[in-house]
Amino acid sequence: MINKLVGSDAEAVSDIFNGAIVMIGGFGEAGSPIELIHRLIDLGSKNLTVVSNNTGSGNVGIAALIANRQVSKMICSFPRSTNSVVFPELYRAGEIELELVPQGTLAERIRAGGAGIPAFYTPSSVNTPLADGKETREFNGQTYVLEYGIKADFSLVKCETADRYGNLTYHKTARNFSPIMCTAGSTTIVQAKNIVEPGGIDPESVITPGIFVNRVVEINDPLHESILVASGERYPQ
Amino acid sequence: MNTIERLGWSRNEMAQKAAMDIPDGSYVNLGIGMPELIADHVPAGIEVIYHTENGLLGMGPVPEKGQEDIELINAGKKYVTAIEGACFFHHADSFTMIRGGHLDISILGALQVCEKGDLANWSTGKPGAIPAVGGAMDLVAGVKNVWVITDHNTKDGKFKLVNNCSFPLTGKGVVDRVYTNLAIIEITEAGLKVREMAPGITFEYLQEKTEPKLLQ
Repeated sequence: MINKLVGSDAEAVSDIFNGAIVMIGGFGEAGSPIELIHRLIDLGSKNLTVVSNNTGSGNVGIAALIANRQVSKMICSFPRSTNSVVFPELYRAGEIELELVPQGTLAERIRAGGAGIPAFYTPSSVNTPLADGKETREFNGQTYVLEYGIKADFSLVKCETADRYGNLTYHKTARNFSPIMCTAGSTTIVQAKNIVEPGGIDPESVITPGIFVNRVVEINDPLHESILVASGERYPQ
Repeated sequence: MNTIERLGWSRNEMAQKAAMDIPDGSYVNLGIGMPELIADHVPAGIEVIYHTENGLLGMGPVPEKGQEDIELINAGKKYVTAIEGACFFHHADSFTMIRGGHLDISILGALQVCEKGDLANWSTGKPGAIPAVGGAMDLVAGVKNVWVITDHNTKDGKFKLVNNCSFPLTGKGVVDRVYTNLAIIEITEAGLKVREMAPGITFEYLQEKTEPKLLQ
């Protein structure tokens, strides 16, 4: 399908199945596709592996998805933050698996997954516990560790502006992991603040080319995680 | 004795000391915590560009109250501004800058630094602790100069400059220089060399607060 527009956020996520690998864009709340996450909570798919830099805060967004016991494993670089309570409790209780990955390795594993590269060597984490048990190799006298590309069944991202071809632009530091996650998802689902006609985005300014995107839904006025957390909101209520 | 002493430079003075050492024309990554203060202390007349790993080159100071943008944050997820001429990019590009050796200086916080320059700053390894590594392992692997800014001792008086790190490592032999409230210390082949001490701090006092033998 060349036309990527779908009618609702619920329809956009409706085929996320039990056991799926789901990449979720965002660095903290910047770029977190909170409406798509909440529709995934409504859908109730279980046993998900979620790839995202953080584990959410308060009881909304990713944290709420984890609290709803839909996530069996997190692949992330920084699973705690000021207001993160849900993940630490479940992790200490041994009820959620964590694969901790250096942030640059996480980014490159996603990039590689989307680019058809199965594995690569990186200097990051050499001589640390995060390289334990991993294959290493020397190049020009320096040691590197083998890391594998990651692909997802679904990627959920938020963008600023989209057209019906799925071309995307982002807002400031809300871009973060989203462009590479768009490339690594078999089905990439985008919530856009604005949808414009084709040509409404300058071709020189497109950040994510539409070929990487499968579904776009317009969410004009997205919720903000920090505002919800500050007012003690929970999802579902 | 349970008295907690914190002598020497204030956190802002430490940040100012580090900022003064940044050469004109440097691209610098500032880590979470005390390193974030350094952005407020760039001396007049030099051009330094700050990089934040979440996709901004040209990070500016903290915004005025009411001017915050929820989607313009630093690696510590605090609100920042973008200078004129700043640019945004995705995470793979951001870590291409870091790992690819394009940045000049990385300034990080620390739990422990050893005399050989090993850094531990992501986990105490204690049961129940939530390990969180972020971008630190990529920064120490890829950036030419790694500086640490940290209190000289822990809140309960333990050494942070140690013979060997007991916490899990972030990187081995990666730290070049340490700024503490008591001193500025260079990590050299010969050992820890004191470059400058805070006003009122004696070498003997500094040695007492530091596990490895210091060089004058």
